[in-house]
Amino acid sequence: MKGHTAVEATLRSFTRALSRALISEEVAGRRGLLQALDPRARLIGILTLVVAVAASRRIEVVGVLFVMACALALLSRVPLKTLVLRVWLIVLGFTGMIAIPALFTTPGRVVMSNGFLSITAQGVLTAGLLVLRVETAVTLTTTLVLCTPWTHILKALRSLRVPTEVIAMLAMTHRYIFLFIEVAQQMFESRQSRVIGTLPAGEQRRVLARTAGVLMSKSIDLSNEVFLAMQSRGFLGEVHLLHDFEFRFRDGVGVAAFVACAVVAIWAGR
Amino acid sequence: MHIPDGYLSPSTCATLYACSVGGWYTALKRVKRVFFSRAIPLISVFAAFSFVLMMFNLPLPGGTTGHAVGIAIATIVLGPSGSILAISIALAIQALFFGDGGITTLGANCFNMAIVGSLVAHVCYKALAASGDRNPKRQIIAAAIAGYVAINASALFTAIEFGIQPLLFHDAMGTPLYAPYSLKIAVPAMMIGHLTLAGIAEAAITAGMVAFLQKSNPGLLLDKGMGVAAAGQAALGERSLRGLWIATALLMVLTPLGILATGTAWGEWSAAELSGSGGMAQVVPSGLQRLASFWTAPFPRYAPSFIKSEPFGYALSGMFGVGLLFVVYLLFARRKGAQTGRER
Repeated sequence: MKGHTAVEATLRSFTRALSRALISEEVAGRRGLLQALDPRARLIGILTLVVAVAASRRIEVVGVLFVMACALALLSRVPLKTLVLRVWLIVLGFTGMIAIPALFTTPGRVVMSNGFLSITAQGVLTAGLLVLRVETAVTLTTTLVLCTPWTHILKALRSLRVPTEVIAMLAMTHRYIFLFIEVAQQMFESRQSRVIGTLPAGEQRRVLARTAGVLMSKSIDLSNEVFLAMQSRGFLGEVHLLHDFEFRFRDGVGVAAFVACAVVAIWAGR
Repeated sequence: MHIPDGYLSPSTCATLYACSVGGWYTALKRVKRVFFSRAIPLISVFAAFSFVLMMFNLPLPGGTTGHAVGIAIATIVLGPSGSILAISIALAIQALFFGDGGITTLGANCFNMAIVGSLVAHVCYKALAASGDRNPKRQIIAAAIAGYVAINASALFTAIEFGIQPLLFHDAMGTPLYAPYSLKIAVPAMMIGHLTLAGIAEAAITAGMVAFLQKSNPGLLLDKGMGVAAAGQAALGERSLRGLWIATALLMVLTPLGILATGTAWGEWSAAELSGSGGMAQVVPSGLQRLASFWTAPFPRYAPSFIKSEPFGYALSGMFGVGLLFVVYLLFARRKGAQTGRER
């Protein structure tokens, strides 16, 4: 089975994507703080907070925003395990690895030294700020994505004046991603079920390239079919979306609270 | 290469969003003219394909695996405008739905991968394969090179964006506020991985897919892809060029507005400005002083000496510049026309 690692890794990434989508649908259906707000209020609010996180230059302010982001996620009934495994550990691993050399390379006051390598106070601040900022931003965006069905995010984006053509493309792409994941998964599984022993790396590359080629041919054929179906329903290039959201008083309060927090954070973190 | 939120300053993000919006607007306009109402399903389905392609783990030399982005294959099949949109949509879904790449940095990611990558792949593939005898082997090699160069160009832009952060955004003590490494660290750190692993993955998947499509669906490589893009180019015809000419003429008329701004760019016009009252250097470096007088421009400071009126001189310089570029374009077009005639 050693020779199948690339194909197996690909299959695992498909399964991971599908399971993420399932978790998202499950969390979005729960009754929580963010779910109680209109999707437009959620989108505007979270985006404003993400901008505030990016604009804040003080680690204490970003730290407060991180605590707020965690509270928001937990009050929106995002499972702690999902936050830890999907956000905190991944960000810590990836950004932490990038930030570690900054501890030693940033010039400044030496706080720890073993004679060969020195950690500076400025280095600790730089690395800490980077990791904390990324943790906070990703916690906020993951909370938004987990608490809001994709169709609602798209409708909310439309309210931010994103062109209807782009919204239609995002919606269709999202729908066909899952179809193609399933098709590719079936192609790999059927291929794997016919292989005995290990495939050399070169052959694995050829299998993957062939599968990608077949998938692309299927994509183009599918786009023709979708286009014909759209035409049969009277599509002439104009996209119309239904707007059935209701912006209530509490949504206004929610947006005002998010914006106020963001403004205070930007002011305090300048 | 997907930059998460927090690595780039808000002003860098805003600038790259502005650049990307320009790219998206132009691409959407061109694609809609070429494919008409077919654009939406074609781009959407191809974006979904690109997304899934990014999940394909390819075995690489040294026992590791890497994944392709699919920039070059999207460019070869859809043309650069279609590729810009398809890759951007795939990146947007990755950021908004899967949390891969940031929301504030989405503009930067789209600029680096979708816009720079697609344009570089288009130029490479067109230069190496689309002209001449359409030899199948040459097409495969061209596709591999286009993929390799495109992903590395995207990585280089990403590295430059990282590398300028500590130069531009630091506190009073000099502590970096965003990505902490300077260009001399960020560029090699990004490029080593892309020149070796990611570049090979992109080249291998692009070449493999082109080889497969040559046998199974050659129409995708000729008629619908570059063919459609080329046909679309012809269909765009004078209408798009007319708009461009009107915009250029308008900008030329408005050039004297540049004089309204007070002051000049520091050190841009003469070496003496460096050591002047606003200058930071006490003494102008000898090398700079020596080379400063090496070339004297015919219209220094956009003010030809024979024109008395400053605004008129400024506008005239603009017209001269555009005219010069037009002459260069005509010379190239003439040369290209003669070459095409010989090939026929």
